Amino acid sequence: MRPKALALGCAVMATALVLSGCGSGTASGGKTKLTIGLFGNFGYAELLKEYAAAHPDVEISDRTASYSDHHKNLAAHLATSSGAADIEAVDTGYVNQFKATPDKFVDLNTKGGDQLKDRWLPWKWEASLSKDGKQIGYGTDIGGLAICYRRDLLQNAGLPADRDQVAALWPTWKDFMAAGKKFQEKAPEGVKWFDGGPTVLNAIVGQASTGYYDKTDKIVVGENKEIKDGWDLVVDGVNSGLSSKLLYSTPVWNTGFKQGQFATVTCPAWQMAKIKDQAGPEAAGKWDVTSVPGGGGNWGGSYLTVPKSGKNVDKAVELAAWLTAPEQQAKVFKSAGLLPSIPKLYEDPSIIDYKNPYFNDAPIGKLFTDAAKKLNPQYQGPKAGDIQTAIGNAMQRVEQGKQNGEESWKQFVGDVQK
Amino acid sequence: MVLMDKTARRHRWDAKFAPYGYVAPYFLIFGVFGLFPLLYTIWVSLQDRNLLESDAATFVWFDNYAKLMADPYFWNSMGNTLSLWLLTTVPQILFALFIAQLLNRKVRTRTLFRMGVILPNITSVAAVTIIFAQLFGRDFGLFNWVLGLFGAGQIDWQAGTASSHIAIAVMVVWRWTGYHALIFLASMQAISPTLYEAATLDGASGRQQFWRITVPLLRPQIIFTTIIATTGNMRLLAEPLLFNPGAAAATGGSDRQFQTAALYLYEQGFTKYDFGYSSSIAVVLAIATVIVAGIGYLVTKRIRTE
Repeated sequence: MRPKALALGCAVMATALVLSGCGSGTASGGKTKLTIGLFGNFGYAELLKEYAAAHPDVEISDRTASYSDHHKNLAAHLATSSGAADIEAVDTGYVNQFKATPDKFVDLNTKGGDQLKDRWLPWKWEASLSKDGKQIGYGTDIGGLAICYRRDLLQNAGLPADRDQVAALWPTWKDFMAAGKKFQEKAPEGVKWFDGGPTVLNAIVGQASTGYYDKTDKIVVGENKEIKDGWDLVVDGVNSGLSSKLLYSTPVWNTGFKQGQFATVTCPAWQMAKIKDQAGPEAAGKWDVTSVPGGGGNWGGSYLTVPKSGKNVDKAVELAAWLTAPEQQAKVFKSAGLLPSIPKLYEDPSIIDYKNPYFNDAPIGKLFTDAAKKLNPQYQGPKAGDIQTAIGNAMQRVEQGKQNGEESWKQFVGDVQK
Repeated sequence: MVLMDKTARRHRWDAKFAPYGYVAPYFLIFGVFGLFPLLYTIWVSLQDRNLLESDAATFVWFDNYAKLMADPYFWNSMGNTLSLWLLTTVPQILFALFIAQLLNRKVRTRTLFRMGVILPNITSVAAVTIIFAQLFGRDFGLFNWVLGLFGAGQIDWQAGTASSHIAIAVMVVWRWTGYHALIFLASMQAISPTLYEAATLDGASGRQQFWRITVPLLRPQIIFTTIIATTGNMRLLAEPLLFNPGAAAATGGSDRQFQTAALYLYEQGFTKYDFGYSSSIAVVLAIATVIVAGIGYLVTKRIRTE
């Protein structure tokens, strides 16, 4: 090759390098290719197959990342208007952050969303509505609360194993900790009452009438007595040796399920899928579900959004609406335990009577629809997800013995005011 | 005649401009992927800019830098960065020298060994970190199990400042030592054997030969690897990020005990969406890297024969 041609070739290659990465949205054979970005377990595997079978012109691929990676990647993709999937799931903790920039998403109200509005719980619908009335996401599940517990571990420690009797042990979180102290006296070495302080604390925060923010988006957690009381209670539990000191949704926490390192774990409905995945088939029947101390409360739950940068926005909206429709939410509840955000289903006998065989035939239908009905939705501010991370870190500092409860709380309050 | 003239002129043009043509692709790619992002980062660092709302960005000049200088978490992250730089770079180069020395001997299947030392380097950093994070696990980690055999208590590696820095340094050193060792080995083989023969005749021991002949003659390579290692180790991101997976990964531990400056940049940019502030961290970190690499250069330059 002549030198000049070589140089030219290199220049062309360099240009090609720059230009690549602009993919096309059309798959071979004229099919529309839709991608869906998820985190954790949405229970969509079967549904996506079903949808593709009914829509031969559509090809769906899903990708699943960890909770925090997923949301950070989504932010990066939105910032550069490239790389986002056609449908992106967004968790409650992040939805406020994303709805602050509604123009990055398709306004579902302009795509027929306003007609579907009555499907959802009113607060679920409003939580993903931007200040100027644009709907950025269709609600999937809500995180109604319960407690999952190991029957065998409780029984061995001389506590009841029957779910009604267990629920009677802990009408309040104070009772929950008291039961834990009893448990700990007879617990085998290496087994603790609960998985980690941050998990318990999140449930208590989720039950409070006011969370980290007031309704004007001012951060008020520093003055929130309900949350501070909960904090003190959990710190006391940690100091009494009730905690396995594992942070939720980490590999070591997953191992904790496998190894049976803790007897109870706060169970928003979506947690059941995680437990089943992590504890595995050999723990089937050992776990059970009962009502949460304090009653009510929400932790998590998600939305399906359609980023504007997608190439097949209309088809994506159609799929998102289908996945969050009552029939599909009912299926996901039965397969993965995700609690529907659709009030109509709370009266549906096939949901109410549903029992989960993995959790010792626990009547999760009755349990979680009751929880959903009792749920008093809490206002989530713009950076609720970040503050949840910060309070988790704060609790870990206590668990790791780096700070005492007061020092750590003070640092946490200072951090979130920044 | 006219034709001849034209060809001759083309030759002259060729000789004059072709070299620029050859180097152009490098500069083109460097401009697009190196220089432009650098200048763009500086530009963004002068703005109050949300990651998702670039249209609403406003110029604030040096406000981000002023805030940065007064930010204790930034200085904490710089401290962690320097600590990890020291804990990774120095052992890396020392181990690499010794491994190169060992591989320079006539041993059986030495090609196999030489290939072997580079293996950690071609392994994905994410995979390495995830595996190491398990090895350093508090309850079921291999390292704690071994320590337990000697009666030492369990260490919560992620919890402590020193323990977490050591754990992260182990990952980095394991990954990069082989790479540096191969660079040293290549240069060692270029050292004339007559020098060693003469030294042996003069009664110098192997140890003396290593420190007085090998190391001084490797000075250019040691300077090179120090600078390469410094630029890499000053911006550790994946190791501290994946060492503490979960929702709090970007804070580098419950009390930011192993949050490097690169990780702080990541936290500010991608969890707080403060793109302007995050860019100012990037700029300061780049300057700090140049300074530290300069110090490394000055120190390694002092290596000489007595």
